[in-house]
Amino acid sequence: MKDRTQKNRGRSSSATPTPSAGISRRAFLKVSMAASGALVVGVGWSGLALAEGLEGSTWEPNLYVRINRDGTVTIVSKNPEAGQGVKTAFPMVVAEHLEVDWKTVQVEQAPLDDRYGRQAIGGSRGTPDGWDDLRIAGAGALFLLNRAAAGQWGVPAAECTAKSGVIHHEASGQSAPYNTLLDAAAELPVPEVGQLKLKTRPAEFKLLGKFVPGVDNAKIIHGKPLFGCDVRKEGMLYAQFVKCPSFGGRVRKANVDTVAKQPGITHAFVVEGGDDLTGLMPGIAIVGETWWAVTKARETLKVDWEHTQSDSSEAYEKEAAKLAQGDGETQRHDGDVEKALESAEKVIEASYYYPFVSHANLEPQVATALFHESGKLEMWAPSQNPRGARRLISDTLGLPQDNIHINLERIGGGFGRRLRHDYMVEVAWIARVVKRPVQIQWTREDDMQHGFNRPAAWHHLRAGIGSDGRMSAFDHHFVTFGKDGEAVSGAGLSPKQYPAGLVPNFRLRQSMIECNVPTGPWRSPGHSAWCWVYQSFFDEVALAAERDQLEFRLDLLSKSYGEPPLDLARTAGTLKKAAQAAGWGRDPGPGRGLGMAFHYDHGSFVSHVAQVAAQGNRIKVEKVWSGIDAGPVINLSGATNQVEGAIVDAFSTSQLELTFKDGATEQSNFHDYMLATIDQAPEVECHFIQSDFPPMGLGEPPMAPAPPAITNAIFAATGVRIREQPWRKAGIVV
Amino acid sequence: MSQVSLKINGQEHTVDVSPDTPLLWALRDQLNMVGTKYGCGIGLCGSCTVLVDGEPTRSCTMPATAVEGMEITTIEGFHPEGGHPVQIAWQEEDVAQCGYCQGGQILSAAALLEKNPDPSKEDIDQAMAGNICRCGTYPRIRKAVQLAAKYAADGDES
Repeated sequence: MKDRTQKNRGRSSSATPTPSAGISRRAFLKVSMAASGALVVGVGWSGLALAEGLEGSTWEPNLYVRINRDGTVTIVSKNPEAGQGVKTAFPMVVAEHLEVDWKTVQVEQAPLDDRYGRQAIGGSRGTPDGWDDLRIAGAGALFLLNRAAAGQWGVPAAECTAKSGVIHHEASGQSAPYNTLLDAAAELPVPEVGQLKLKTRPAEFKLLGKFVPGVDNAKIIHGKPLFGCDVRKEGMLYAQFVKCPSFGGRVRKANVDTVAKQPGITHAFVVEGGDDLTGLMPGIAIVGETWWAVTKARETLKVDWEHTQSDSSEAYEKEAAKLAQGDGETQRHDGDVEKALESAEKVIEASYYYPFVSHANLEPQVATALFHESGKLEMWAPSQNPRGARRLISDTLGLPQDNIHINLERIGGGFGRRLRHDYMVEVAWIARVVKRPVQIQWTREDDMQHGFNRPAAWHHLRAGIGSDGRMSAFDHHFVTFGKDGEAVSGAGLSPKQYPAGLVPNFRLRQSMIECNVPTGPWRSPGHSAWCWVYQSFFDEVALAAERDQLEFRLDLLSKSYGEPPLDLARTAGTLKKAAQAAGWGRDPGPGRGLGMAFHYDHGSFVSHVAQVAAQGNRIKVEKVWSGIDAGPVINLSGATNQVEGAIVDAFSTSQLELTFKDGATEQSNFHDYMLATIDQAPEVECHFIQSDFPPMGLGEPPMAPAPPAITNAIFAATGVRIREQPWRKAGIVV
Repeated sequence: MSQVSLKINGQEHTVDVSPDTPLLWALRDQLNMVGTKYGCGIGLCGSCTVLVDGEPTRSCTMPATAVEGMEITTIEGFHPEGGHPVQIAWQEEDVAQCGYCQGGQILSAAALLEKNPDPSKEDIDQAMAGNICRCGTYPRIRKAVQLAAKYAADGDES
């Protein structure tokens, strides 16, 4: 799966959507009556596998809408919710097309169920993948209700209108609430998708685009059970799983008998595990009546570990410096870079570095497993890709996939970490041994030391400036991490990534450092790191060319060489929007500076302009203005929240560094890996460009341009060019 | 193990805990009150915030035995009817993303407004800096605290 994730990433980045694309797959509706008398509407697909699915497709229609006898409407949200807002946004799309009042809608979280097709969150794919199904489900149900009313009244269906859950026929003055039409609607032939009115443009929306608070808010403000760690089962035990501090290490010997005798402990045993860092690793399971008892017992654990590797940040750095002297392997070469550099008016050179970083979800990894007497395994877990989790558990435990049922709990922060399911396979294994329901709750230390981190990288750049002041050449040596000749998960860089295609002479060369620590997709994998490098370097080039930053970038986006790496006009549109909102060109005042960056990833275009105030080397990010083109906004609240949060996340992560020694993570908790706090957060102003393109996701795209917009503003305010993360390496204090 | 009597959300509870058991785990594992969250275990993230005699307190490092006889308020017991200005503002501003930290944020915000009914941006930043939000909802937390202060002031006038 890891490799496929990477490839999908590259593909989604290069594919540019077209306005109001039609339904490309053959969709069909399925209608039935539930035992409760509710009208149930689902959507299925035939003819084609689900595009972009992490795996498998489905032929069986899935359930989306239930119109209940009491007049309420239940809308099922199929995807996991990690704070990206899909549990609210998806049902809004159905409600929009069903013409019901939002306040009458109840939202239900689906478990993992193959009938739903893709049920994974990652790659900001939720909105674009769900858009058609959700519209068809809502519009299909409305079509039937409309025909049912028209039939009863003996009037043309075209004369009937729907509003707030009621069908009206104005001419005859008749009206019927949906719940009085259910039986008649269920008898009608199911329409073809082509007969349905699917809304595509913001001008048609009533509910979409509005500020709609999240459907779980009431539970959140009252602390009601909602998250994976909130699951409680009769007779449930608590577990921790102790792995070797160095990744991949095995257990030679452990005093599990002593640990098992500690107060409140029911089990302590060695798990042999395997050597797949994303699966069940060797370790010691400690299980007890309370989590605290397990924590205390763990203090008595003594293990003789067999270490299998000794990676260290120090060795990585040395190797990176050595590789930087070499040529690397050419991934793409347009024109003739060396020649163009020779004939350039000016050549600018710079090297950039960013470190490994942790996902640091605030909810450490947690999951609950229960083996029913039938032999079926039931789980409750925060997972970004439950189908992948099921496959891993099935393979590891030798359990048929049909015997594994996974309930999706609200995720206490995803960011890509929960695309890996080590914690789930651990608790499934433990539950089978102890034959009671078990909840595994990792400690923060376990979480930070056994993550799938964003890989570090070194970028060595050279740019030539021609007599016209444009970049005539761009040479890029990317030093990244690999294993067995392939970039490790989260470490690859697509040769299609701009500035390829924006510069006539372009070369990308790659060198790889052998990597034995686990890595993985980390929120907008790659993009959130490269964008900082490119957009910072553009700043340097524009400065050397004595051009205004905005004018330089707009000019860069005015022309492509070969296939454009991104939609030039839409990208430029967001940059102009952000610049206009920020008042680009104004004097920000003493000790202040403005900086900008644009980017495109995962289908959406985002530019930011940041304003920074500096006192000496101490800086404060005062405000960020954002221009966003993600097509029509589904939920203004969710969309804005993603932009605001991504900017804070970007700032926060730019101050952090995870390092390794003797094959193990050196940091362990927030005392040495401290996230940003509220006093560091800027004000954020969002400006959405409501285009007619299909709606795209926003979980990731606002992230990438935030660090360079801020570091470019820091340069403008202080004259300090930050070329290394964390920023303190450049002497900057936040 | 020792019996500890805890007054939580106005109700007396007796729990059997070891002397070093943090209040957090007495709440979560023994009393099944799971609204208070574990984030770091060293008092740095604020997810486990409860009010002890009205003061925001990190329950992950506070032994249950140390708060015997004191008034403990958890997020479950904090205006269960939802009428507190902070809760209303949190819903209206739609503060939460993942929501994991928000119980702690709400209690810290309520404690701030209790002491300072009209906090400035700086006051809010200072009072709320002990509660980490990994999703970065800080701009909204600021807005929600200000809105809650307004609602509280309006309520006092009427």
